[in-house]
Amino acid sequence: MTTLQPPAAAEPRPAPPPARRDRRSWTGWGFIGPFVAVFALVFLAPIVYSIYLSLYRNQLIGGNTFVGLDNYKQAVQDDQFWESLGRVSLFLCVQVPIMLGIALLVALALDSGRLYGKSFFRITIFLPYAVPAVVATLMWGFMYGTEYGLVGDINQAFGVTLPDPLSPDLVLASIGNIVTWEFVGYNMLIFYSALRVIPHSLYEAAEIDGAGQFRVITAIKLPAIRGALVIATIFSIIGSFQLFNEPNILRKLARNAITTDFTPNFYTYSLSFNGQQHNYSATVAIIMGLITMVIAYAVQLRGMRKGA
Amino acid sequence: MSTPVTTASPSAPAETGGPGKSAPRLRGPRRHSVGKPKRSVLLTVMTSLLVIYTVVPLIWLAINATKTQTGLSDSSGLWFAHDFALWDNIRDTFTYDDGVFTRWLLNTLLYVVLGAGGATLLAVLGGYALAKFDFPGKRGIFAMVIGAVAVPGTALAVPTFLMFSKMGLTDTPWAVIIPSLVSPFGLYLMWVFATEAIPTELLEAARIDGAGEARTFFTVSLPLLAPGIVTVLLFTTVATWNNYFLPLIMLKDSDWYPLTLGLSVWNSQAETIGGEVIYNLVITGSLLTIVPLIAAFLLLQKYWQSGLAAGSVKE
Repeated sequence: MTTLQPPAAAEPRPAPPPARRDRRSWTGWGFIGPFVAVFALVFLAPIVYSIYLSLYRNQLIGGNTFVGLDNYKQAVQDDQFWESLGRVSLFLCVQVPIMLGIALLVALALDSGRLYGKSFFRITIFLPYAVPAVVATLMWGFMYGTEYGLVGDINQAFGVTLPDPLSPDLVLASIGNIVTWEFVGYNMLIFYSALRVIPHSLYEAAEIDGAGQFRVITAIKLPAIRGALVIATIFSIIGSFQLFNEPNILRKLARNAITTDFTPNFYTYSLSFNGQQHNYSATVAIIMGLITMVIAYAVQLRGMRKGA
Repeated sequence: MSTPVTTASPSAPAETGGPGKSAPRLRGPRRHSVGKPKRSVLLTVMTSLLVIYTVVPLIWLAINATKTQTGLSDSSGLWFAHDFALWDNIRDTFTYDDGVFTRWLLNTLLYVVLGAGGATLLAVLGGYALAKFDFPGKRGIFAMVIGAVAVPGTALAVPTFLMFSKMGLTDTPWAVIIPSLVSPFGLYLMWVFATEAIPTELLEAARIDGAGEARTFFTVSLPLLAPGIVTVLLFTTVATWNNYFLPLIMLKDSDWYPLTLGLSVWNSQAETIGGEVIYNLVITGSLLTIVPLIAAFLLLQKYWQSGLAAGSVKE
């Protein structure tokens, strides 16, 4: 499980070997112990417990019985599960590139030093990150309204009939817009922070070589922030696969368009809390966790290989 | 993950001089010099489009918080209604249903102080240990934490709920606070930050002077970690303040709801039979919910932006 391995930190910085040997002791545990204890309680124990749950089934007759991989077999043939997975995959393939693309362009614009009022842009575009998903969804939900919302205003003002953002055809795109709004600034900031630590001497060298802006971006800036790009991509993949808050809140406005198995996460939630199918719910959650990790790992490998 | 900074450009001599803002090594005209690029109106205008996209919903929220329930439905979304009801709305938000909003606000503060505060404390201690100590099991912890970041957190929600339910913790504040205490991102940020910010020689010196580890940490290291701590605290605060999913599954009793959950209940009240429609309070409540965080980000931006930048040095 070395996905997301933070750069460099794995290997401690070069310290003189004798000093290191002296310091290798249990002292560090005094500092990290509390974190590890809570971590074990809220991360490791639930993982183990959900694996246990996924191997059992709670039946009316016979109670809790060991069923081996039956739950997994059921999930593999579960159309509801695959449909929800397909939906978040589509979301992932469309929303994430748009969001990260915009974030990258703005980060490059900020870093170029060619903007008037740079710090204003940086902080303003970041602000939606401070808005809870609940509030963001409520706001956009109101604005999407065709009767009283902004869409309604536009319809009235121009005498047109815009398509309903909350209709079954468009609701996924509408959710994508909310998620983009929430996280474009956050990703921009990650990219911008990475761009800022590129040594200026590289730019000067490029200038001597007669490289133009575009060349500097493709040959210096993008390779230099590859790590940040990969991390942002992985976080976005995880976020897409976990999609829950936005559809959950928006469902109150678009009950026909958003079903309770709209996303895998929504599905596990409904299974567990409306259907009392805890064992099957845990199984679906584990499968989703595995899929997410495999994809995140693949992205990391691929992202790193390009540079080699 | 290698350090891509060094692989930058084949044609660029990897010269590691200081930040070369001055360095007028060039002869010839310096029209596009890296130090002082020409400002571009076009680029500024294009970036402004994104700013508009970003702020329109916030402006919408601020404007509509000034409207009454009837004003909301019969006025344009991006302009004020004839009656200015902001102060009434704020008062009503706090007093509606025996002041339940105040209760939710206090709950949220409780979760932030204990959850985000605790998470920051654990992350600072842990990050410091990873950066400055060599101890048995360090690699294992590293792999575990990094792996955990990749596990969809919400995938653990159901088993965590069942576990907590067996322990009798559900429907108590602890069910929200305890899971909030772990912030792998905070640990990672603190780790990188501590590696950069605390010179190992300084620790050695303190030890030679006879200071214990605890004392060294508090008097020598902690002050150096301040920008990193502010950054982690701010991000864990956002995570806790904005948390919705965890309280949703853990809490039944609305007396323990945080603001996010309360607002969504108010919002869905409209469609329950006999439920009073209070969209004006939902909107005003939403505004009141985001104002403290936005203020914190604006006021502390110097600190957290420098903390974040240090955290990304190695990426």
